[in-house]
Amino acid sequence: MKALLMRYWPYWSGPVRDAGFAGLMALILFGPVVGVVLKGYDFELHPSRVALLVGIVILGRLLLSLALQTARGKVWLQRFELGRDQGVQVVPAHQKSLWRWVLPLIILAALILPFYANKYLLTVVILGLIYVLLGLGLNIVVGLAGLLDLGYVAFYAIGAYGLALGYEHLGLGFWTMLPLAAVLAAVAGAILGFPVLRMHGDYLAIVTLGFGEIIRLVLNNWLSFTGGPNGLSAPSPTLLGLEFGRRAKDGGTPFHEFFGLTYDPNYKFIFIYLVLLLVVLLVLYVKQRLVRMPIGRAWEALREDEIACRSMGLNHVLVKLSAFMLGASTAGLAGVFFATYQGFVNPTSFTFFESALILAIVVLGGMGSTLGVVIAAFVLTVAPELLRSFADYRVLLFGVLMVLMMIWRPRGLIRVSRRGVVPPVAQGAA
Amino acid sequence: MSVPMLEFRQVDLFYGAIQALHQVSLQVQVGETVSLIGANGAGKSSLLMSIFSQPQVTSGQILYQGRDITGLQAHQVATLGIAQVPEGRRIFPDMSVEENLLMGSLVIGDTYVDEDRQRMFELFPRLRERRNQRAMTLSGGEQQMLAIARALMSRPCLLLLDEPSLGLAPLVVKQIFHTLRELAADGMTLFLVEQNASHALRLSHRGYVMVNGRISLMGTGEELLTNPQVRMAYLGGH
Ligand SMILES: Nc1ncnc2c1ncn2[C@@H]1O[C@H](COP(=O)(O)OP(=O)(O)OP(=O)(O)O)[C@@H](O)[C@H]1O
Ligand SMILES: [Mg+2]
Repeated sequence: MKALLMRYWPYWSGPVRDAGFAGLMALILFGPVVGVVLKGYDFELHPSRVALLVGIVILGRLLLSLALQTARGKVWLQRFELGRDQGVQVVPAHQKSLWRWVLPLIILAALILPFYANKYLLTVVILGLIYVLLGLGLNIVVGLAGLLDLGYVAFYAIGAYGLALGYEHLGLGFWTMLPLAAVLAAVAGAILGFPVLRMHGDYLAIVTLGFGEIIRLVLNNWLSFTGGPNGLSAPSPTLLGLEFGRRAKDGGTPFHEFFGLTYDPNYKFIFIYLVLLLVVLLVLYVKQRLVRMPIGRAWEALREDEIACRSMGLNHVLVKLSAFMLGASTAGLAGVFFATYQGFVNPTSFTFFESALILAIVVLGGMGSTLGVVIAAFVLTVAPELLRSFADYRVLLFGVLMVLMMIWRPRGLIRVSRRGVVPPVAQGAA
Repeated sequence: MSVPMLEFRQVDLFYGAIQALHQVSLQVQVGETVSLIGANGAGKSSLLMSIFSQPQVTSGQILYQGRDITGLQAHQVATLGIAQVPEGRRIFPDMSVEENLLMGSLVIGDTYVDEDRQRMFELFPRLRERRNQRAMTLSGGEQQMLAIARALMSRPCLLLLDEPSLGLAPLVVKQIFHTLRELAADGMTLFLVEQNASHALRLSHRGYVMVNGRISLMGTGEELLTNPQVRMAYLGGH
């Protein structure tokens, strides 16, 4: 037995070392967390629980290491390492995309959905779409332009409070505030952006983080204007002046009476959903176009090498500012939809956690990838909604997802691919 | 003499307390190929980048076609018709070859894009084969070609090159210098920073030698090639 063990020692030594190290880490990690339990002013030790967990970790790591030493495991490992930093993939210019068929089908399905979905599903999907919008906006800032914005939620708040405050103080409705909020958020983006965009990386992240908190604190504490923690009510949208309530305010005709339908509170959500869907499609379209235009290329180039960009004639401040403002205005739009969907706004919806969530969407989706962001937005917002009982573990779920992601797909769910430029003359010419 | 394409007048440049350039004066005439040679850390790259105000010079003047461009921002300098092939190439790694070229033509707009792109592919046929490849995956030589092509896409009047031969095999260096010679023959003004003195000086009408941030010698390419000091210091002494 011993001879056998010694003979194959070269194969064992690696995994055993790995397992030992993993066990040590587990001991350090779980020892205080699991092993020591507070009881009143005293505490109890639970060495057996720690031993169990550490044992599981050691065994798991050992098996994993051994499995990776087999021929099959090696192939796996290699694929892993290979896939790691291949970055962007360039698709030949003329390659026909499956999207031509899939996209219309998806849009059709999305248009039909509200008429068959129940209210709960509808509200969940609306929330998902709002996060798609947020993800798309932040994707321009972080994914394309490479500006780490940790206070993105501020622009979302500006959109939401824009609707509520505009209604409260100026009597403006959903349709006026929708474009106005986008503009407002963009202006806020510019005001923040001008001084800040000369900074790089960490500094930018910290300043934007601070900005997000400042906006939230102002909303929370300016009682006379924003209603403080109690928040404000936000108006519902109208269809050509028709309201969706049971009874119209100011003696108008509500939507259902006008069309001779029986009242159904769902109408409001169906309407919000459809408008939101259109806005999301529009933003998707605009983004897709922008990426192919010089400005889109400029964003990415700036992310890759600022100095080279500047000596290529790009005004880096303007280019960054445009990304920042566009991202902000998208968040402003999302904010308006959020406010009208909730019917009220208060500062608790705009905490740093929200910024982190949106950032997680962008990172998980794949920096710069549109499809990835859409999928990630739904996964991260809809899944916890549907798994209500699991809601407590939401943050844990994010953490696990992030770690797995960084190991498996460091470039995000969907790897960004870019289409080759169409050659002006046939390939073989000249 | 006519107005020079590029002129440095008694330029001083500091990095904090460190002085990188001391009273540097030099001229590049229209249509001329000029090289600047010097050892590591002599200040060659600093001089080249100071044209783009990265960093800004502390005192002295930089003139381009008679116009004072001292302290002008990098992106504004680029719109004047000065293009550079920076040290270490600095191509955009995640972009395809074609997109890198398109970045180059950003300052002059789309008017000549198709035509220029074809011209670049004729100048560097290897790039044509790799047009849809990510720039990061190109070989060093190909990356250098791309960096030069990208700079040329802006139809510059003055092309600045910082060590185009850095880290390349002799054959590729030859190829690149051959291309530069063609460009010069077509009337392009070139200002070349090089460690590879023999190649650079053979290509150039004139050359400057920089030592510790000072211009120590100036002469025609041939003069410098035969100068015993230059031979000792930069040509391996034979
Ligand atoms: N950003 C910087 N901060 C401080 N000092 C710098 C900076 N850049 C360059 N220097 C210093 O300025 C001097 C000149 O550097 P420069 O890069 O211009 O040399 P070079 O002639 O291009 O050298 P090489 O041939 O190695 O590229 C060096 O002493 C260098 O340490
Ligand atoms: Mg240098």
